[in-house]
Amino acid sequence: MSGFNIDAFMAHRFGGHGGTLGIQFHGSGDGWVELALPYADSLIGDPDSGVLASGPIIALMDMATSVAVWVKRDKFAPQATLDLRVDYLRPAVPGRTVIGRGECLKLTRSIAFVRGIAYDETPDDPLAHVAGTFMLIDQMGGAA
Amino acid sequence: MTPAHALPPYAELLGVTLEPRDGAAPMLVMPFRDDVLGRPGFLHGGAIAGLLEVAAIVSLQHALAEEGGGRIKPVNVTVDFMRGGRDKPTHAEGIVTRLGTRVANVEAIAWQDDRDKPIAHARMNYLVVRD
Repeated sequence: MSGFNIDAFMAHRFGGHGGTLGIQFHGSGDGWVELALPYADSLIGDPDSGVLASGPIIALMDMATSVAVWVKRDKFAPQATLDLRVDYLRPAVPGRTVIGRGECLKLTRSIAFVRGIAYDETPDDPLAHVAGTFMLIDQMGGAA
Repeated sequence: MTPAHALPPYAELLGVTLEPRDGAAPMLVMPFRDDVLGRPGFLHGGAIAGLLEVAAIVSLQHALAEEGGGRIKPVNVTVDFMRGGRDKPTHAEGIVTRLGTRVANVEAIAWQDDRDKPIAHARMNYLVVRD
């Protein structure tokens, strides 16, 4: 299996739900990956305040942590989210792009442990914190 | 004033519709479309989680409206993904486990063919500010 080239992978636009949400690659570094969720009226959860719904932030963090697993494994392989917990530390500020930073903490034979934060200005002032696990399907005899 | 069951723009993006039920909060239905697709042939986990959160909010607002109304703020959510979401409609329902003065504990389940075989389950905590 060849390695995972994040720049080549991220040169493609996301299709499906990620594309509908407008999620894009933002950056990567040593052990982390960042995706961006641009503010859009269609993502509003509270029309009175204009604050984003929480669902798009879960999707952003699911994807950012997922890509972090592929980077850590140096391999693009199917995986399924087993669980994901999100703490909403504060509302996202209306109008700002939300950045989701994902990290893969630990790989075992069949499970990846991940964590991440979402922020809209600086990583020092996160708006959400996540922790989750993925099942590595290619390590489980192909069963979903 | 916003009606208790008005859906936000994000719910429209998911394609969610409400199915009214007597004496209970409405049930939600989300069709399978490219807009909610994850890996080929399966729903995106984020779309499932979003559906569960909308279901939780609908059920909580319904319960809160019966007690005089109020506003809610999400504190956290934990989602367990149990089965892949296939090419068929997904149903979801919120269950208010406890509605206190300041905090509400809410669960939500999503299923396709059989309610007893959920594809995902979520648990949420909300802060409640009563009117």
